[in-house]
Amino acid sequence: MARIDVRKTYKLYIGGAFPRSESGYSYEVTDNKGKFVANASLASRKDVRDAVVAARKAFGPWSSRTAYNRGQILYRIAEVMEDRRPQFEEAVRQSEGGSAALARGQVDAAVDRLVWYAGWADKLAQVIGNANPVAGPFFNHTAPEPTGVVGVLAPQESSLLGLVSVVAPVIVTGNTAVVVSSYARPLPAVTFSEVLATSDVPGGVVNILTGDAAALGPWLAAHMDVNAIDLCGVAGSPELATSLEVAAADNLKRVRRAPAAEPDWALDPGLSPMTAFVEQKTVWHPIGI
Amino acid sequence: MPTTAPTDPAPGLTAYSEVTASEASLRRFLHGLPGVDQVGAEARAAGLGTRSIKTTAKAWALDLAIRMVDLTTLEGQDTPGKVRALASKALRPDPADPSCPSVAAVCVYGDLVGEVKAIVGDQVNVAAVATAFPSGRASMAVKLADTRDAVAGGADEIDMVIDRGAFLAGHYLQVFEEIVATREACVRPDGSHAHLKVIFETGELQTYDNVRRASWLAMLAGADFIKTSTGKVQPAATLPVTLVMLEAVRDFREATGVQIGVKPAGGIRTAKDAIKYLVMVNEVAGDDWLDPDWFRFGASTLLNDLLMQRTKMTTGRYSGPDYFTLD
Amino acid sequence: MGFEYAPAPESRSIVDIKASYGLFLDGEFVDGRGSSFKTVNPATEETLAEIAEASDADVDLAVRAARRAFRGWSRMSGKERAKYLFRIARIIQERGRELAVLESIDNGKPIKESRDVDVPIVAAHFFYYAGWADKLEHAGLGANPQPLGVAGQVIPWNFPLLMLAWKVAPALACGNTVVLKPAETTPLTALLFAEICQQADLPPGVVNIVTGAGGTGQALVSHPDVDKVAFTGSTEVGKAIARAVAGTDKKVTLELGGKAANIVFDDAPMDQAIEGIVGGIFFNQGHVCCAGSRLLVQESVADEVLARLKRRMSTLRVGDPLDKNTDIGAINSREQLERIRELCEIGEAEGAERWAPACDLPSSGFWFPPTLFTGVAQAHRIAREEVFGPVLSVLTFRTPAEAVEKANNTPYGLSAGVWTEKGSRILHMASQLRAGVVWANTFNKFDPASPFGGYKESGYGREGGRQGLAAYLKGAEA
Repeated sequence: MARIDVRKTYKLYIGGAFPRSESGYSYEVTDNKGKFVANASLASRKDVRDAVVAARKAFGPWSSRTAYNRGQILYRIAEVMEDRRPQFEEAVRQSEGGSAALARGQVDAAVDRLVWYAGWADKLAQVIGNANPVAGPFFNHTAPEPTGVVGVLAPQESSLLGLVSVVAPVIVTGNTAVVVSSYARPLPAVTFSEVLATSDVPGGVVNILTGDAAALGPWLAAHMDVNAIDLCGVAGSPELATSLEVAAADNLKRVRRAPAAEPDWALDPGLSPMTAFVEQKTVWHPIGI
Repeated sequence: MPTTAPTDPAPGLTAYSEVTASEASLRRFLHGLPGVDQVGAEARAAGLGTRSIKTTAKAWALDLAIRMVDLTTLEGQDTPGKVRALASKALRPDPADPSCPSVAAVCVYGDLVGEVKAIVGDQVNVAAVATAFPSGRASMAVKLADTRDAVAGGADEIDMVIDRGAFLAGHYLQVFEEIVATREACVRPDGSHAHLKVIFETGELQTYDNVRRASWLAMLAGADFIKTSTGKVQPAATLPVTLVMLEAVRDFREATGVQIGVKPAGGIRTAKDAIKYLVMVNEVAGDDWLDPDWFRFGASTLLNDLLMQRTKMTTGRYSGPDYFTLD
Repeated sequence: MGFEYAPAPESRSIVDIKASYGLFLDGEFVDGRGSSFKTVNPATEETLAEIAEASDADVDLAVRAARRAFRGWSRMSGKERAKYLFRIARIIQERGRELAVLESIDNGKPIKESRDVDVPIVAAHFFYYAGWADKLEHAGLGANPQPLGVAGQVIPWNFPLLMLAWKVAPALACGNTVVLKPAETTPLTALLFAEICQQADLPPGVVNIVTGAGGTGQALVSHPDVDKVAFTGSTEVGKAIARAVAGTDKKVTLELGGKAANIVFDDAPMDQAIEGIVGGIFFNQGHVCCAGSRLLVQESVADEVLARLKRRMSTLRVGDPLDKNTDIGAINSREQLERIRELCEIGEAEGAERWAPACDLPSSGFWFPPTLFTGVAQAHRIAREEVFGPVLSVLTFRTPAEAVEKANNTPYGLSAGVWTEKGSRILHMASQLRAGVVWANTFNKFDPASPFGGYKESGYGREGGRQGLAAYLKGAEA
């Protein structure tokens, strides 16, 4: 008789822990052919609330880490992901369909993207910061700092590469993130959260909620303790995107607008995924004896 | 062992006797004074320099400035004839205008005090530089003899220099004790004393932090006036240096109840500059200091410019150097 | 006898204020199609001129003119655009006295500030960005930087000409054309700037100026053919703009309110700190978004700081903005004066102690004495809301951590000040303060090369410096 396998419960990832949804709801996740795969936790507005609290708590310590240390941790995420490549390949293939080679390509690219962003940790300030030659006896310099807690509506289609491409730039710059995964393809995100939990990423730096961006987005966009929001996950829903942008104006969140359609994640991301969520701080000091 | 001033210290000063009890405590105190940010201090001085003084206020300020001048000659080539001429000018700066006030004092080397005294009598003070002016590099015995000699010669005021070498080496108590000793040497047989001005040579102290420390050091040691410069070192008096010293005398009076005078010397050549200083005195220390007893200009060419501007105010036309004496 | 400074008024004869002004569209002054309003001298309440209130149709004409001009202006080589901006900078210097006097008359700010701060920085700003016009590909903002198109710019009344420069200079340098709306109470220097554009032979339509109130501004920022919105003003209006542009492709920069903490440690350079506190809150009558309106003073030196501060405040001269010795001029409008009064009354009602030096205020015009409140708690409205007037709230703290916590405990994040002689503490504080500009041992310093802008509800985007270019180029992020 064949061994009965032990199935994994797919849970949320909040503050470094793996709770079920506060609401107790879950939803059926199917593969791309419609076959049942698992029940995922259906995050509620209260899970959003808890995740924001966790992200805020983590922000001070995370943003105070040295850039070198953040880079090391991002690289560590890549290492641990690399180790779990077969698992991610399966999850991506199950979610997105296509060939094994295609899924492998996605996982490879996701790992490589983490490595790319890991390297940016201690370079971005040098590239976008400045010493400013002001007309007076003052030392004056401008350097980027993280914006704070960033809400991320992750892409709906690209379940792993897309997810990594929107989460990594947020955290490498010192922000903390509350991520709403793809609704229909959440399982790679849950596995990713298990990687985060074992990669020296402090609890709360990344919080991952599986659920519906249309339902959770408004709570995240209107939350007064969230400093910025990436609307990528509602690409193709301009009315929803507009309403979220309107809600985000209540505390002047920095908004990374939703594109008309999901971009080609294989392309060079450029700097804008990082610069969208940094503030430029200018410091003055007199020069004298 | 604590050093005491020759006369009983003011009640407010007794609280500071601990401060000057040892090198260590004096250093702790002076280094505990609030720092001076150079850029901020210079910006404040420049800001005060933009005050625009017109009409009646200007006329009043010009006369006050004349009354505050310590008309100075401190040259190796000074002769009795030269200083007598200067003394005459000090008495009647503008012979054509009897309403023009006399200056505060004539400032010369100690050996020429008598020549000046002979001309000005009691109408204008005579100030003598002493203590191996301008370098201050001599033994204490020589410095004190220099001082006593000038006082005996009739000097009303003694302008001493501090030992900048000792100050910069951190020997604050030595500098303190030299000032105390010089102050004792200023005492006349009748118990009165020549007013003591203490010159820091701020151009050699370099930093405003040092100027603030030197100010407190000298005030605690019994200086009647604190003075910027000898006029022999550049930069001499500047607005920001004077600002820091005015802040010091203001704070010192607040702390001890004792009022000390301030004398910028050297480099002040125009009436416009002098008025900037008066504005600064007014706004930083307050109008209690707007008096020749509490503020002086150590200068020579300044006087003629003050006179020219004064004439401009009364006649309404610009004057020229030929109309004022070159003494 | 004290030293009473006689009045030293700057001559008004240098400015020639017309009875009425139209709009500046497509290189010409034209009559508006809407109604008109009056601009007054806040120091005397005298009406200075009748100003056209641009209607929606006028705004549309202006945007069309800017769109037409964009074609030529954006294709012109950067080298040539630069020369126009250099020309404008030079004319601003040549007519500096005139601009300063006009600014003081219309705004109420002291002539020594308009003359020594506003106008020189305006000229410097045009010089700075003129030099960028032909170097954009070296700015690190992408290989082939392209302008956005038509910029709709709405500016406030506190630094009328300076805010114009902050908006117009980078926009033009990057190849955009602009429609600018000055504040309704201070339109005159923007209209004089239009004349300067004519003197510089700037191509018609590159700069358009539409005067008016909130409605005009709303029409401008929501105009469908505007590609870029730049706004400086209140957080409330900033939020409305953020909502209005939602769902569009418009790029937005917002420079909004603030409630800056000015933190004084016990080892501060005390005399300079006092100057910094005074300059931080009383500069420009406190009509400064980055004003140091919350003084956080270490409890161990609070009494000393307050005593020194009061003494210094007693030497401030309030009065005629055109008197060269005036330190604090007129409040810009009756409306603003009412708001300052109201918040001060609330401050007293909430239990804070109010103090102001004795000072004679002119009988006509809008005036408010330099005022401080002690015994203020974080919960008081005067400690949380932007007063935008010469009113300082004094709070105390015990440790650096408490100072950081109190300083950051606000929805705003525009600026902050730190006063201490300890270098490592300065750098620590600078890194902990959630504010776009940190002034350490100085305050209220501005420079074209120095990026300026806020965290949190103080807005987003930066003005000034290399970062200031990003707001006016496609795809570029600072």
